[in-house]
Amino acid sequence: MHNEIFLRYNKNDKSALIPLLQEVQDVYGYLPEDAINEVAEFVGSSVARIYGVATFYNMFRMTPLGANVIKVCRGTACHVKNSANLLFALEDSLKIKAGQTTRDKKFTLELVNCIGACSIAPVITVNEEYYGRIGVKDIPSIIKKYQGKPKVESKDEAANQKQEVVL
Amino acid sequence: MIELTINNIKVKAENGMTILDAAKSVGISIPTLCHIKDLLPSGACRLCSVDVEGSKALIPACAYPVADGMVVDTNSARVRTSRKTIIELLVENHPQDCLICVRNGNCELQTFAGIYGIREHRFAGESKKHAIDISSSSMERDPAKCILCGRCVRVCEEIQKIGAIDFTNRGFQTSVTTPFNKGLSISDCILCGQCILVCPTAALREKSSMKEVTNALNNKKKYTIVQVAPAIRATIGEEYNLPLGSNVTGQLVTALRRIGFKKVFDTNFGADLTIIEEATELISRVSENKTLPMFTSCCPGWVKYIEQTKPNLLGHVSSCKSPHEMEGAILKSYYAKKMGIDPKDIFVVSIMPCTVKKFESHRPELSNNFNQDVDAVLTSRELVRLFKVSGIEFGDLPEDKFDDPLGESTGAAALFGTSGGVIEAALRTAYFKLTGSNLENLEMKEIRGKEGIKEASIKINDLEVNVAVVNGIGHIAKIFDQIEKGESKYHLIEVMACPGGCINGGGQPIHHKPEKIRKRIEALYTLDENSKTRRSHENKSINKLYKEFLGEPNGHLAHELLHTEYYDRKEQLKKKK
Repeated sequence: MHNEIFLRYNKNDKSALIPLLQEVQDVYGYLPEDAINEVAEFVGSSVARIYGVATFYNMFRMTPLGANVIKVCRGTACHVKNSANLLFALEDSLKIKAGQTTRDKKFTLELVNCIGACSIAPVITVNEEYYGRIGVKDIPSIIKKYQGKPKVESKDEAANQKQEVVL
Repeated sequence: MIELTINNIKVKAENGMTILDAAKSVGISIPTLCHIKDLLPSGACRLCSVDVEGSKALIPACAYPVADGMVVDTNSARVRTSRKTIIELLVENHPQDCLICVRNGNCELQTFAGIYGIREHRFAGESKKHAIDISSSSMERDPAKCILCGRCVRVCEEIQKIGAIDFTNRGFQTSVTTPFNKGLSISDCILCGQCILVCPTAALREKSSMKEVTNALNNKKKYTIVQVAPAIRATIGEEYNLPLGSNVTGQLVTALRRIGFKKVFDTNFGADLTIIEEATELISRVSENKTLPMFTSCCPGWVKYIEQTKPNLLGHVSSCKSPHEMEGAILKSYYAKKMGIDPKDIFVVSIMPCTVKKFESHRPELSNNFNQDVDAVLTSRELVRLFKVSGIEFGDLPEDKFDDPLGESTGAAALFGTSGGVIEAALRTAYFKLTGSNLENLEMKEIRGKEGIKEASIKINDLEVNVAVVNGIGHIAKIFDQIEKGESKYHLIEVMACPGGCINGGGQPIHHKPEKIRKRIEALYTLDENSKTRRSHENKSINKLYKEFLGEPNGHLAHELLHTEYYDRKEQLKKKK
């Protein structure tokens, strides 16, 4: 699927690494292992080096995104307004940690340093919607609202399954 | 020439030298943790920071070139405070388990903590938590003990050219790990252990087999046999503060007997046997126009490498088992029969300079009737631990001789421990087999030395035999390239995964004394020079072994016991990846 991307780059050109990874991520929504292996072979670096680069930058994801992305603001204003408790509540009810995706692939939980909506702190966003001045008691109803949304079919199911087997 | 001042001492230095090297030339030592001689500086640890006049910030001495008129202070109050703080921060994020750590007493971080007088926990706080990677049969990786100096990454990438590990994530979460954090066994790692030799802490270490060995020694039903690799006798003295390159063969034998091994044999016997088999195989390959060039197969790291990267060239690898596996196979067949012992009761321990040998000893094809040829492998470091716990001191130990018949060996076998040695030994025997007379000039100076690829040619009858020696797996690419293009002119190519050969193997004593490789190699060359017999085919016990038991070299029984096969691990790895 991503093989045509390689046509636009020169083989063994290490400077092409980041744009290559970005384009691969555009195709899958994350960086599947197979794709990383192929990128490594294409740019002529070790797989370890490519994996290192991919994990260094926040823009690259190693796991597929869930259907809904919840972002918890951990900026100063939200921190003062106890956003940590929102995070714990979300982690508890989704049974995942920040940065992870639920098993049913419905939710991905992420941290953001500042959403830029400090006036309504503490804030979380779900997809493009903002939820400000909320407390722990509001979390169940927000999750429920998105629970029903169908799971987005992943483009590379096989790679997703492999992703779960981590040593 | 440049003149600069370091600590008020006038220093003459070459252009392009670093402050670190210039200071060293006048006996000023600057502490380092991430520096590796001869590799590009990384400046990761900042421990070598010095004050340079005119510069506001501290300057890393390992990366900064000297300049004319430079005034350097390596010992100012600011420098000392900075170094101490660095060590304090590292110590605080390091498991506080020095007393039960395998590198206790030989840890660079511990040494610096002592030197800089760290006496309190000033920065106690969160520390990183990582699981230990025990996936491989040779090595363990403990990222919690990693101080992120990056030496292992650079050795793997720049010297060995493998790149099995690298830095991942960032900030507090940074760790050195394998791709997808899957463990060494599912990576490109060949387990050579060069990373262990440069690791300042115990973040990288061998997987210990001490328990199996001590259990076998304590088990009355087991007939424990030990064999010692050629490279061990020239290095193990270092752990007892003997000078580099001391040959301690005699004392080693006594020590092994004292810790309870029933028989002490010499892997050099297996090396001689390997030479007979390998030379015979080479001759038949040349005369029958089979796949050439032939690669040697003594180095399990190299074998693992070609299985993982170029399985299409596996036909070029000699089918001979490595010397200690041959010896193990003979012990559990010929010797067991001769002594009337059930092979199942024999426990063979190999003392090896190598971490991959542990992996090799577990290879299922290196067995007979589900009985592995070699039951356990100890590295030289583990052996010293076993000696020390048994109260053995080398200084006053009397010397002893190896047991018969698998203790006899020639000078040729001793050379197996160095890069180029296998070829030297093989040619001595191949020459004799083809011409019927002995090679006059035994020492092949062209293939001694530290170059990456060494080559030589020797005239045997009408045939000009071309040989090459690959000194360290990092230099193999050119050879592969030549073979794939069909341009290789060589008949025999020796590959050793570690630079310098087994003498610098991943299981050897850890220290950074200069000249260690050269001195160790010299010890083996001296051993060869002083041997009464210097050609493998002159080994009487081996000739007897063929007469009584094996029949012909490369014959049916020899093939069954002394030869092996290789697997395409590239596909296997791909599936697991």
